Amino acid sequence: MTENESTTNDPIIICEDVHKWFDDFHVLKGITTTFKKGERAVICGPSGSGKSTFIRTINRLEEHQRGTIIVDGIELSNDLRNINLIRQEVGMVFQQFNLFPHLTNIKNISLGPIQVRKMSKRAAEEAALALLERMDIADQAYKYPAEISGGQQQRVAIARALAMEPKIMLFDEPTSALDPEMISEVLDVMRELAHSGMTMLVVTHEMGFAREVADRVMFFDEGVVIEEAAPADFFDNPQHERTKLFISQTLQH
Amino acid sequence: MNNNTHKVIPDKIPFYRDVRFLKVFFQILFVIVVILSAGFFYSNMLNGLRRQNLELGLSFLIDSEAGIEISEGIDFDPSETFLKAFWVGVVNTLKVSILGIFCATVIGFFFGIARLSNNWLIRQIASVYIECFRNIPLILQIIFWYAIMLVLPVVQESIRFFDSIFINVRGVYVPSLEGTAGLIPWLWYFLSGIIITIIVVLGLAAFRYFFQFRERHEADRPSFISNIIFGAKWVAAPTFLMATIVGWLLTPEVPFELSRPELQGFNFVGGINFSPEFTALLIGLAVYTSAFIAEVVRSGIQAVVKGQREAARSVGLKESQVLRLVVVPQAIPVIVPPLTSQYLNLAKNSSLAIFIGFPDLFQVGEIMMNQTGQSIPIFAMIMVSYLIMSLTTSAFMNWYNHRITRMGRST
Repeated sequence: MTENESTTNDPIIICEDVHKWFDDFHVLKGITTTFKKGERAVICGPSGSGKSTFIRTINRLEEHQRGTIIVDGIELSNDLRNINLIRQEVGMVFQQFNLFPHLTNIKNISLGPIQVRKMSKRAAEEAALALLERMDIADQAYKYPAEISGGQQQRVAIARALAMEPKIMLFDEPTSALDPEMISEVLDVMRELAHSGMTMLVVTHEMGFAREVADRVMFFDEGVVIEEAAPADFFDNPQHERTKLFISQTLQH
Repeated sequence: MNNNTHKVIPDKIPFYRDVRFLKVFFQILFVIVVILSAGFFYSNMLNGLRRQNLELGLSFLIDSEAGIEISEGIDFDPSETFLKAFWVGVVNTLKVSILGIFCATVIGFFFGIARLSNNWLIRQIASVYIECFRNIPLILQIIFWYAIMLVLPVVQESIRFFDSIFINVRGVYVPSLEGTAGLIPWLWYFLSGIIITIIVVLGLAAFRYFFQFRERHEADRPSFISNIIFGAKWVAAPTFLMATIVGWLLTPEVPFELSRPELQGFNFVGGINFSPEFTALLIGLAVYTSAFIAEVVRSGIQAVVKGQREAARSVGLKESQVLRLVVVPQAIPVIVPPLTSQYLNLAKNSSLAIFIGFPDLFQVGEIMMNQTGQSIPIFAMIMVSYLIMSLTTSAFMNWYNHRITRMGRST
């Protein structure tokens, strides 16, 4: 695997000893890691391992109870202003798309820029159209989310996140709710995004995507990072027993 | 395969097994039964009336003087007809229902949203309010508020706010706008203001529509109606205000003046007076219904899935924007149908006025029945009046719901 040239040594996300409890359940047990600008990290692990929760703490959809998270120099604390600033810099794509059903696709995309970035409606919609063009679905701009396929919806959702011109993109199992024949159209878009130099944290079970695109694969189990390595090492030479088992199971089919 | 196994049964079905026949037969049978029973009850009723020397008809409404007093509402003199008396009752019912619906909606939305607040105290207060007023019979609440109205201070010792609102044992006095001699000329300006506004809105809509037709993609082209709505939103208010304000300045005399209640002798003069009966009924209906509306609002908001808020937050919207732009637009279509039932309940519950002597439709009707003995036609009139009100409300709410869900098109 070649090192991606857009990756620099500037850290953009710094996590130190991040802990999270859901009532009595200790979901994250001290995550310490750093993501560099332009890095593409794939996060995998069995369900319930805390991988989704981890990326959701980075834009404060989940609150962490101990440790520090610093995103692009801003610490995630209880300061509402910091939370809002970070959310503007971090885009997120969800497993269930979560498009706004009462708005057309183009309005889904332009809502953030108009309301948060205070762009004019015209400029925001032009930008939205350009993004839809990039996602190869410009012809769906004036339809409602319910009227397009799952793969198209997920691409609109990616466009919605990109419209805020984020520095970091979080993907929370973006292809898990899709029919098999639609997975590749979403992965293509993500691949293109990765080549454009975006910092990406991707929770996924798509091991092919991980092997091809990632700079680093992190393996979560029971709230800790058991193993992390470049994809070549991770897949061909896993160190940990748990990782070996996981890889053999996921590669079986 | 042997072809002989598929025997075609000839088209000879006995009539008692023929679905086509049975369908029609049972419908006709049902209609006959309904007509026969209605006829039976009707002739029974006529016999009963004949025995009491009464006739079925509505002529009593205008034939004689009513000879009854009505304590409040539009001006009514005992020498006027029963029809007019009935109308006074209808207007009183409408007044308390419309004001009640307005107040219940405002209070209900407030407590419904408050019950979902992140603040523990606000949430608890809202829960206590909702659970108390929802679970005590309405009739008790109305009598409770009436009892409170009756132990308020006497006129001379009124509770006062800013010297313009007075509350005492005779009810609530608030300032009002009274028309002056300048009102009629100003109304002409007012009317022309409406006409000019309509012309401007339609003109703008036509103008925009023309350009959209040339420039925009078919799917993105708004309908003519939505252009009218656009015009109504942006230019209607300024145009209308301009016309009416210019009219105001051109009229020699100010068309309205503020009339404040003032103590003269033993009573207040000027302003509007809400009687203790009206006030107690209004508070009772509004508070009781608001508790139900609060629950309707809460369930509507909770029906919007969690992912919607998360997505809205993740694009950087503030909490107030999340609520206004994403949650509420999706909650409204869920809220409107049960909200309609609550409005209908409020209007129908206003008939409890009879227990505290507020002259609403039902109470006036009741007095008329005592005076004339014409219970059947009067009862029918009361029922038809409520039916008309309810069906009108329903029709309006259905239209509104249809409009918003079509715009939303959520699945």
